[in-house]
Formats: sequence, structure tokens, C-alpha cells
Amino acid sequence: MTTHYPLKQQSEFSWRIEPFGKMRVPGIIYADEQLVRAMDDKVFEQLCNVATLPGIVEAAYAMPDAHWGYGFPIGGVAAFDADEGGVVSAGGVGFDISCGVRALRTGLTIDEVESRKTELANALFRHIPAGVGSTGRIHLNDRGMVAMLRGGARWAVEQGYGTTSDLERIEEQGCMRGAEPDEISARARKRQQDEMGTLGSGNHYLEVQRVADIYDAKIANTFGLKENDAVVFIHCGSRGLGHQIGTEFLKYMVLAASSHHIELPDRELACAPIQSELGQSYLGAMRAGINCALANRQIITHLTREVFADVLPRADLTLLFDVSHNTCKLETHTVQGRKRKLYVHRKGATRAFGPGHPDIPESLRAVGQPVLIGGSMGTESHILAGASSGEALSFSSACHGAGRAMSRRQATRQWKGRSLVDELAARGIVIRSPSMRGVAEEAPGAYKDVREVVDAAERAGLVHKVARVEPVVCIKG
Amino acid sequence: MPAHWEHFSHDADMGVRGSGDTLAQAFEQAALAMTAIIVDPAAVKPSERVPIRCECPDTELLLADWLNALVYEMACRNMLFSRFEVAIDNNRLTGAAWGERVDRGRHQPAVEVKGATYTALQVRQQPDGSWQAQCVVDV
Repeated sequence: MTTHYPLKQQSEFSWRIEPFGKMRVPGIIYADEQLVRAMDDKVFEQLCNVATLPGIVEAAYAMPDAHWGYGFPIGGVAAFDADEGGVVSAGGVGFDISCGVRALRTGLTIDEVESRKTELANALFRHIPAGVGSTGRIHLNDRGMVAMLRGGARWAVEQGYGTTSDLERIEEQGCMRGAEPDEISARARKRQQDEMGTLGSGNHYLEVQRVADIYDAKIANTFGLKENDAVVFIHCGSRGLGHQIGTEFLKYMVLAASSHHIELPDRELACAPIQSELGQSYLGAMRAGINCALANRQIITHLTREVFADVLPRADLTLLFDVSHNTCKLETHTVQGRKRKLYVHRKGATRAFGPGHPDIPESLRAVGQPVLIGGSMGTESHILAGASSGEALSFSSACHGAGRAMSRRQATRQWKGRSLVDELAARGIVIRSPSMRGVAEEAPGAYKDVREVVDAAERAGLVHKVARVEPVVCIKG
Repeated sequence: MPAHWEHFSHDADMGVRGSGDTLAQAFEQAALAMTAIIVDPAAVKPSERVPIRCECPDTELLLADWLNALVYEMACRNMLFSRFEVAIDNNRLTGAAWGERVDRGRHQPAVEVKGATYTALQVRQQPDGSWQAQCVVDV
């Protein structure tokens, strides 16, 4: 497709849109030529809109998996300086606050899993609530809700879900500081009270996978990965709580924009100055939303361990890492030689700190932060490591997934759920889902080629490839 | 023009569009379009009534409010809706949704709606006097 935007190629894997109109900074896209050509013009339009927001630093960035989102492109990164009138955007974080991916090692080889995989799939599907209308076994009262919102995965571990050693392998050590449960409405709490430990639906899933390729033996060794190991990927977010926080603050921010003298090129970019009352309220609520997502993935990890203990008792599920890809976080970055504290929005983008960063757990620090990239159902996912060069390129950020190539509508016209399940079964992949239409909407062919995305991310200098994993069992929400 | 609904494409998600002779009808039809993202509306029995109220200074934001109120009721009550009634007076919406509890075996709900967004959000009167109300919903 030809674009109407003045894209200038800077290098083989980076493209630039010089500021025009009300843009304060350029837009920068990391991708190869094929990926850029396949991007909808809406991506460039949204990127240019982000570049107009007050207090934005350096550039508005799009990752190789960027596609048309809400306000921000999905695969969008932007950092703001509070002291320069910078904003925090509810649209820039998105509805599914702290949606993310967690990877577990199982201590098993795939051969040990293969003979029991149908039983394992059935047990995981029975035990882990997934899909519309599913509720968890936990019912949170007001006190429990507040403790969860403050404590995140740490709270979950205190409740008996998992172990303290899990916490060091989660961003923020499992507990986002600065969470303010008081900023969360009664409606958001009510929507969440029965949803802890549920997978959700759409593109959320739990997969058992085989390590199919190792690209970097040294880093893989530090990550504890070998070829033919069985691993588990869990992709889900903050469930109803995050969605409700997003919905409510989007509206507040749109209605308050003019009083903050913010001109919104798109209402979905709704934002408020970081130093305003509304900006602070949102940050407190959004951080509590992050804790909800971390607690949720922690509980699902526990449920997964219960299933493995039952079906494959030799398994020992340990946490490789847990990343969030819909967040706004206060981080220190070096901008043109000066250290600055910035509010980095990553919407469908993963933090990817390079080797030596103090926020990486000590046991992994020498090789860089694990970056977990979920592919589409039945294809492959990737385990990467943050690269030092990413700091100057994208505030240490990388892609988050394959990114859709086709709408859900098109997908259901092209595929039928039942035949997809049969086709994947013939290839040795067991799919379990409450909805066949849901399976069709998530057809592998509806997504971009994840390998092309991670290759571009690596060659642009954002990450190093470490391992490629292929699914054996997929529980689809 | 008879009231009707349709979906429109968005890269990651789906757009809902309702049309009708009145603004209220367009809102009702947009709600049906949203249900159709989750399940075939014909499969949902309109047996229980849930009242909905919302208010917003802007008619387009009111559409998002209405759809988000339905998303909220679906999530908290574990229900699906197939019949809607809306009255709009001075950007104040009084309405109701009829539906039933989710039956996962019978309904086979495809996907959960996270929220109605402000992307492609438009409420417009057409040259022929009819109304159209649309936005993208996040799934």
C-alpha cells in the first residue's frame, strides 16, 4: 500500500516522519520495508497525533508490530516529562491495563509432555476459567480488594498462590508502587470481584510449548532454556477492573481536556497533565490496575501448577519472567546525555531493558531483561532479551506480539473454528476453547508473521533473539 | 428506513453501527450490534429486564456511555442482552436492556467486550433525517 505520510527511511530498519502541523517531535517507526508497507495509514496518523501531545520527549515511536489502535497505535511508545507539562493518557495505556505475558519453565522435556498432552489440555481447560461468563474461585470483599490492589502478585503469594521466589521474576518485583485503591470506583471493584484468576477472552490464552530453536545459547542458558524443553506462556491482563478504569478515565480526561488547555487531535488520546489532580488520580488507579493484572497472572500460575502436579507430577514450574505491555511507568532514561525521569507509555509494547539495568533481577542482569512475544494461536512465540542499544532508540521498548493483519470479521468469513481446531490437531497442537467462533477470530492466518516482527525488532537494535517456541497445547479464552 | 445494525472493520477489533428513524433507535441498534459481536442475538432470550440510565453533555460520548453501561451490566450480572429500549431527552438517556444469564453451552459466546471506545465514534443525522450511531469496541 502507498502511504500519504512523508516517511523517510533512516536505516534499513527505521523510518521517520519529520514533524509537521502540530507535531512537537518526529514519529519513528522500527520495521523492515515489507512491514512498513503493510501498515495501515491509520498507524502513521495515530503516531503523528501522539507526537502533538504536550511534554512529549524525543519522538513518538511505533514498534514493528504496530497496527491501528485507539488514540495510540498498538505497538506505540511515548515518553513525557512532568516538568515540561507532560501528560498521562488513559487512551495511551488502553483498556486492558498491564495486559502481559508470563513464561514458566516446567522442568520437563516436551517428550515427557507429549504422551499426556490431551489429558493436560483437558485438565487445564477445566481448571482455569476462560472465556465470556467465567468466574474465578476467589470472591473478593472490600478489604481483600484493597489489599489486592495495593499488593499485586505479592498479595497473591501471601494468599498462598505461588512462592516468594516468583516475585523477583516479575516487573516491579510483583508489586507496583504508588497504587491508590481509593481512586478506583465502586463499579470497577464490583466488575472485578469474581474475576480474579480468570484468563478472559479475545487474544488471551495459556499455552504449553516446546522450545524449538535456540538463537543465543549463552542468554538461553541464563534464562534456563534448552531445546525441547516444555514451557508455559500465559497471556492475560487486568480483566474487568482495568477495562472499567480505562472506560471511566477516558471520559473524565476528554471532558477535562479543554480546562487543561489540551487540544486533542483524537478523543481517544484523552490525557491530563501529569501534575494535575486528574493525572495523579489516573496514575494511582492505573497502578492499582497493574497490580490486579500481576495478581491475576500469579493466581493463574498457581492453578497451572496444580494441574501439572496432578497430570505430570515430575514437573516443577518456575517463573522465567512476567512482562506487561499496556502501561505507563515512571522511569529514568538518558536523553541526549542527560538523565531524566519520564512517564513512558507503552501501548502494545514491551519494556526491554538492556544488560546491566538495575531494575532487572540480579540473576538475569548480565544478559538483559527477558522480553516475551506471544505469537498467534498455533504458530510460534518468541523469547528475546533487551538490548543496550534500545535505550537510545526507543526508551528500551520493543514489540509485543504478531499484531493483527486482518479484522475479526474477515477472519470469521475465511475460517471456521471447528475445522481450524481439527487442522491444528493434525499438526499435533491441542486447542481447547469455550467458543469455536472465538477460535476462528483468532486464526493464525489473521495475524502478521511474528518471526518477521521479531527479526525486525532485533535488526533495528531493540532486542536480541534468544529462543523460538512452538505450541503443543493452547487454552483459548 | 427500517432500523438496523451492522459491523465495520477495525484492525484489532470491531466497529458497531446502529441506524434508525430516531436517535434512540440508532442507539438501540448499536447495542444490538455490540451483542452480535459476542453472540447471535436471536439466541438470547429477553427474559430479564435491567434498567440503564446515563447522562453526558455530549451526544457522541453518550453513545459510548450507553454501550459501556451495557458492558458493565453484562460483566457484573453475567448476562447477555438481546432487546433494548432507549429514550433520550436533553442528553439524558433512560433505557433498559432485556436478556438472560450466560449459558456457555447454548450461547457459545465468542468474545468479551472490554469497552466502547471513542475511535470512529460518530452520532449523525443523515440527509434523509434518519440517525446513525457508531464506534469501535475493544474486544
